[in-house]
Amino acid sequence: MKDALGRVDSVVLLGGRSDIGLAVVTKLVAAGARRVVLAARGPADDAVAALLAAGATSVDTVEFDALAVSSHAGVVDSIFDKLGDVDVVVSAFAVQSAQEVYDASPTAAADAVTVNLSAQISTGLAVATRLRAQGHGTLVLLSSIAGVRVRPANLVYGATKAGLDAFGVTLHDMLAGSGAGVLVVRPGFVSTKLTEGLPTAPFATTPEAVADAVVGALAAGKRVVWVPRVVGVVAAVFRVLPRPVWRKISA
Amino acid sequence: MPIDDIGRPASLHGWGRTAATTATVMSPRSVAEISSAITRAGSRGVIARGLGRSYGDAAQNSGGLVVDTTRLDRISLDPVTGLVTAEAGASLDAIMRVLLPQGWFVPVTPGTRSVTVGGAVGADIHGKNHHVDGSFGTWVRSLLLVGADGTVREVAGDFGNPLFAATIGGMGLTGVVAEVTFQAIRSETAYVSVLTRRAANLAEALELMRDDNDYRYTVAWIDLLARGETMGRSVLTLGNHLTRAELPASKQARASAFAPATRLSAPPMPSGLLNPLSVRAFNELWYRKAPRVPATTIESIGHFFHPLDGVADWNRLYGRAGLMQYQFVVPLEATAVLRGLVERLNEHQLASFLAVLKRFGPGSGGYLSFPTGGWTLAVDLPVRPGRMAGVFDEMDREVAAAGGRIYLAKDAVMRRGMAEQMYPDLEKFRAVRADIDPSGVFVSDQSRRLGL
Repeated sequence: MKDALGRVDSVVLLGGRSDIGLAVVTKLVAAGARRVVLAARGPADDAVAALLAAGATSVDTVEFDALAVSSHAGVVDSIFDKLGDVDVVVSAFAVQSAQEVYDASPTAAADAVTVNLSAQISTGLAVATRLRAQGHGTLVLLSSIAGVRVRPANLVYGATKAGLDAFGVTLHDMLAGSGAGVLVVRPGFVSTKLTEGLPTAPFATTPEAVADAVVGALAAGKRVVWVPRVVGVVAAVFRVLPRPVWRKISA
Repeated sequence: MPIDDIGRPASLHGWGRTAATTATVMSPRSVAEISSAITRAGSRGVIARGLGRSYGDAAQNSGGLVVDTTRLDRISLDPVTGLVTAEAGASLDAIMRVLLPQGWFVPVTPGTRSVTVGGAVGADIHGKNHHVDGSFGTWVRSLLLVGADGTVREVAGDFGNPLFAATIGGMGLTGVVAEVTFQAIRSETAYVSVLTRRAANLAEALELMRDDNDYRYTVAWIDLLARGETMGRSVLTLGNHLTRAELPASKQARASAFAPATRLSAPPMPSGLLNPLSVRAFNELWYRKAPRVPATTIESIGHFFHPLDGVADWNRLYGRAGLMQYQFVVPLEATAVLRGLVERLNEHQLASFLAVLKRFGPGSGGYLSFPTGGWTLAVDLPVRPGRMAGVFDEMDREVAAAGGRIYLAKDAVMRRGMAEQMYPDLEKFRAVRADIDPSGVFVSDQSRRLGL
C-alpha cells in the first residue's frame, strides 16, 4: 500500500531488462519499495542483484515474452496472485530499429507493433482489471515524444508510441473512480541500449532523469509527465506546425 | 463487482487526508444488515469505519467493503449504575449530551468528541486521565462483535478472554463491533477546575508530571521549536471535575449544561502557510499567554477536553498534501530517548503547532492496545514527502529499540516489519484472528501496509 508520504511497497516491471524500467524501479526501491517482480524473457540476474543491493527485500523473476500475447493475461494474474496488492506496474518493454530496417522487412515492422502496442495493450488491460479490483495502484506506460507527431524518419516506432499514448491516456479515463490510474510518461530521446546506434535528437535525456520524473509524478498523483519538462512545450509546438514545415524539419 | 449492490463506491482517506483509496461503502441500520453485508463481501474483505478520525489508512479498505457504522447510534444509560450501552456508531459527543445532564461522563475522552464508541474500542483510545483511569477498553463491560461468518457474539469485558484482548485496540480486525456496554464516571457538573502552569524546559515538564496523581487529567503542551535552554518548554494543564458545591454561584443554574457549538469552519489553505516562522510566532504567543505563576481557572468540559472541536475540519489548514500525526510512547525510564526524539523533531524544524506530552499509566491488556506505562508524545505535522520519510523510519526504529511503540490510529507511514518489534502480543493477536477469521475477511489498507 502507498503510505501518507507517497512511498510504495510492491512494484512490477514488465520488460525486466529495460534500462528506463530498471532505473524507475531502482529509484522506487531507494524511496522505500521493498517487493519487486521482474517480468523478462530469460534471466535478469544482474538486475535482481542490483535491486537487492538497493534495499529490496524480495526480487522475483517471471518469464515474459512480449510477442506471445495470448500468454499475457495469465502472466499478469500470476504476478498479482504472488505479490498480493501491487502498488506500481511499470510497463517498459519496447523494440526500436531504424526506419530503413522496417522498410526492408515489413515483418519486422509488424513484430515491432506487436511488442510496442499489441503487447502493451494485452498486458495493460490485464493489469487494469487487477488494479480496478484492488481499488488502488498505478500503471506506468512509457510513451515518447516520437508518438506526439510522427516523423517519416521514425514512422513505425512513432506510430506504435502514438497508439500506446492514446491507449494510456484513455485507459486512465476508463479507470476514473476506481482508485487506480495510469501514468503516461513522454520522454524526449533517451540514451539507452534500445537507442544505441540511432541518431540522437535535441532534448536528449537519460534513464535516471526519466526515473526521477516518474517517481515524482507518482508521488504527486499525476497522469502525464514530460521528461525533460521542456519537451512538453516542444511537443505543443510540433502539434500545430503546418504540414510543409513539419516535413522539412522532421526529415 | 459483486459488492456493488451492497453499497456505493467512495474514495476514502483518514483525518490526515493522505493516501486515499476507493472502496464500496455501506451504512447499515441494523446489526442484521452488518451480518448480511459481511457474508456477501468479496475477496477484498471488510473493515468498519466510524467518523474517520484515525489519521492514516486504518478505516479504509481499497477495493473492498467498508461498513460505515454511523447510522447505528442508539444510546442508553442506567442512571443508577452509570452503565452505558451504545451502538457502535454513537459518537462520544452524543453520549456526553446524554450523560452530563444526568450527572455522568464518559470514562475516557480523546482530544476530539467526534469519535464513535466503535472506534474507541478499535483504537483503545486514551485521554488526559490515562495515568489514573487507563484506556477506554478497561471500562468496557461487554460488547457485541459481528464475526467473519456473520454471527453476532457477545464478548465479556475480560482481558483474560483472548477475543476481547484482541478486539480492544485491534483496529477492527477481529470483526465489526456493533454495540458496546461501558461504565461511565460521575461528574456532577459540566465544568473542570484547571491548574495551568509553565515548565521552562523538558526536564521540568517531566519532573512535574512524573509523580503527579492529584489531578485526574494532566497534559503538557510542548513547544517543539524552542531551542537551547528552553527546549521542550511546556504549558501544563491539570484538571479535576468540579462538584456542584464547588461551582461558583454564577454557574449554578446551568451546572450540567453541555451544548458546545462548532463556531468556525477552516478553509482549505495553501500548504506553505504552516512554516517554522509562523508556527514559532504562534508558539511564542501561546507560551506567553500562560500565567507566569500557576493559576487555577474554571473551564467547561468542551473547552478543556476538546479545544479543536470548536473549529470544523481544522485538518484542512494543512493544505492539499495533508497532515500526519506522529505519536509514540516510550517507557518512563527512557527519558534520554524521549529527549533525543524531541531534539530530532526540533533539529529538522518540522513545523508543528504544539505537541502534546503526557504520562501513561499501565496498559489495558489489549494485544494491540497502544497505551503502556511511559511517556507519550503526539505531534501534528504537515506532509512534506521528500523531507520526512527517512526521519520517521529512524524515529520508529529508536522508539522500538527503547521498548516503545507507535499508535496505530495515528500511523500513516510505518514500514512493514516494525509492528512486530513494537507490539510483543502481535503473535497472540494473529493467533486469535487465525482462529476466528481463518480466511482473513477483516482487512484494512493499514493491515495490508503493515502486514498485520
